[in-house]
Amino acid sequence: MAETAELVPLPRVPLGDAVEAAVDWVGDVAGPAFDAFATGVSAFIDGFTTVLLAPPPLVFVLALALLGAVVRSVGFGVVSALALGLVVSVELWTEFLETLALILAATVAAAVIGIPLGILAARSSRTSAVFKPVLDLMQTMPPFVYLIPAVAFFSIGTVPGFVTTVIFALPPGVRLTELGIRQVDREVVEAGTAFGGSSRQILRGIQLPLAMPTIMAGINQVIMLALSMAVIGGIIGARGLGAEVIRAISSLDLGLGFEAGLSVVILAIYLDRLTASFGSGTPRTRLARARGLLNRGSTTTGADQDGDGPPADARVGAQRADWRRGAASLR
Amino acid sequence: MPAVSARGLYKVFGPRPQDAVRRLQQGEPLARVRADGATPAVVDVDLEVAPGEISVVMGLSGSGKSTLIRMLNGLLEPTAGSVRVGDTELTGLAPEDLRRLRQERLSMVFQHFALLPHRTVLDNAAYALEIRGVDRAERRRRGAEALEMVGLGDRAGNRPAELSGGMQQRVGLARALASGTDVMLMDEAFSALDPLIRRGMQDQLLELQRSLGRTIVFITHDLNEAMRLGDRVAVMREGRVVQSGTPQEILRAPADDYVASFLADVDRARVLTAADVMEPATPVDGELSRMPRATAATPLADLLQPAATGGGSVAVVEDDGRVVGVVTAASMLAALSGAQGRPATATATGGASAVPEEALRG
Repeated sequence: MAETAELVPLPRVPLGDAVEAAVDWVGDVAGPAFDAFATGVSAFIDGFTTVLLAPPPLVFVLALALLGAVVRSVGFGVVSALALGLVVSVELWTEFLETLALILAATVAAAVIGIPLGILAARSSRTSAVFKPVLDLMQTMPPFVYLIPAVAFFSIGTVPGFVTTVIFALPPGVRLTELGIRQVDREVVEAGTAFGGSSRQILRGIQLPLAMPTIMAGINQVIMLALSMAVIGGIIGARGLGAEVIRAISSLDLGLGFEAGLSVVILAIYLDRLTASFGSGTPRTRLARARGLLNRGSTTTGADQDGDGPPADARVGAQRADWRRGAASLR
Repeated sequence: MPAVSARGLYKVFGPRPQDAVRRLQQGEPLARVRADGATPAVVDVDLEVAPGEISVVMGLSGSGKSTLIRMLNGLLEPTAGSVRVGDTELTGLAPEDLRRLRQERLSMVFQHFALLPHRTVLDNAAYALEIRGVDRAERRRRGAEALEMVGLGDRAGNRPAELSGGMQQRVGLARALASGTDVMLMDEAFSALDPLIRRGMQDQLLELQRSLGRTIVFITHDLNEAMRLGDRVAVMREGRVVQSGTPQEILRAPADDYVASFLADVDRARVLTAADVMEPATPVDGELSRMPRATAATPLADLLQPAATGGGSVAVVEDDGRVVGVVTAASMLAALSGAQGRPATATATGGASAVPEEALRG
């Protein structure tokens, strides 16, 4: 093998140099714009963090637990209260909320960018074919590599953390939006066309609402990826749990490392379970569930009174299984 | 002027469709064209649907009937030929005008209902009006009216998933009725339903049609359904219309073995009427006054019982009680067995307009 390599010496492709030069050039040209962007993002995330930090920790913990109980189940609410209480007790609550603020801001940004891109990809197979390798690259490039240009453009701190998080978390938002829209029953879309609907009316009235469970599964994935990247962002000075993890590594502090790591896990599981529930069922069934919770166990939906159609609950379950499968195939 | 018409209509899928049309027009056999990669779905179809009639297109899957109906409202663009809705030519219509035409002139009922699962039954029924920009109060009023017509007035607040299949299709029907268009396209509308429910839907459609008089193009793969519903029936095979005519014409004289092979399963007693099998009444026949009576449009199925208890024959009468013919046991048996024993003199009588509801409902 070594012999072959000597026989056919390939010239060195200056790939790294080219990328460096390109990044330098972009930094020179767009420097002021990046600075303005950084100021804006920084102010937004700081403001958001301040708001999250305003209520007393235990009150906030109870509020989050109650939200979990209404959206998902009483059991989930109780476990949430205990787990979040643990974060408060190990004195990582501030860092926990800083990370939460970063994730939520990045998720909103990724959704605002990703959902329209997903819609474009669903409408044109050519666009989809162009997006595919780009999204593959974004998802498989080792996340640490993003940190380098982010620091070059935005120096260190929360802003480059935010930017890398958005880039890293974007792909599932685009992909599952596309998948969701493409999976909408062709006949229903055809009905919209047959009654004279414009493509805008069909998108808003039929495709987006019917794709919503899949899109929400995408948002769920965006949040999970954002969380892992937000922790990695600790390396370049993004505040929050990531910074604590990095501190623990550099001082070989096993205790702090475990506490910070476990806090990340708690945040991840809480957000995952919460957003997974958002994806399932219509707003009405969610509302019915919430009402049932308040009425203590009277959660009948009034479905299937004539005994001839599938029960609504079974439908919701099937739908949920559907998008879980969809999500799994894209992971 | 026909409400909907098609002239020399072709739809070819696959590469170089225009080329395939030219070869078919020159008389090349379908198999040769298909061997070169093109898939002709509709081949040289002429169709004329008169206002207020139910025109059924019957064919097996792959015969091109679904492609045909989708060209009538521009969901698919014909490869060649023309489609007219009223006096509007569809080909070359600007997208905006095509949308307006669909909103105002054409509605559609789908095989799998195609309801919006996230909206209420009432919102579904009013969907076409919402697309058209009708204000909320007005469209809810008309949606509720249409639901009332199909007997679902009390289900307005339900979601489609909470309804049975038959009820869901009635919502689909209400959506088309509420839109108020004069032409309704029904694509295998009852095919996904259980036989008993399908039968009920057919009855309901015929009953609604009697009061509303819409122009309906109905697609089905079930010849029994075609014969039951259609004022006229066109039978399609491999993209072509192999026979078209009234159900009785097709039953009496199938154009080829293909059509004849379907007729074996047809319930002749429901398609043929007294007018189709009666013989001229001879004035000297004193027994006429003792015979049970029926109108010309009564299906054979409803003549059997009176004939059995009344001595074997039934007198066919006009509305004013005048006797126009006699149906004998022999003529009924001949017609039911498929033998061509029908006398030519009976053709002139028996307009559907003079028929009481009970007779048609069977």
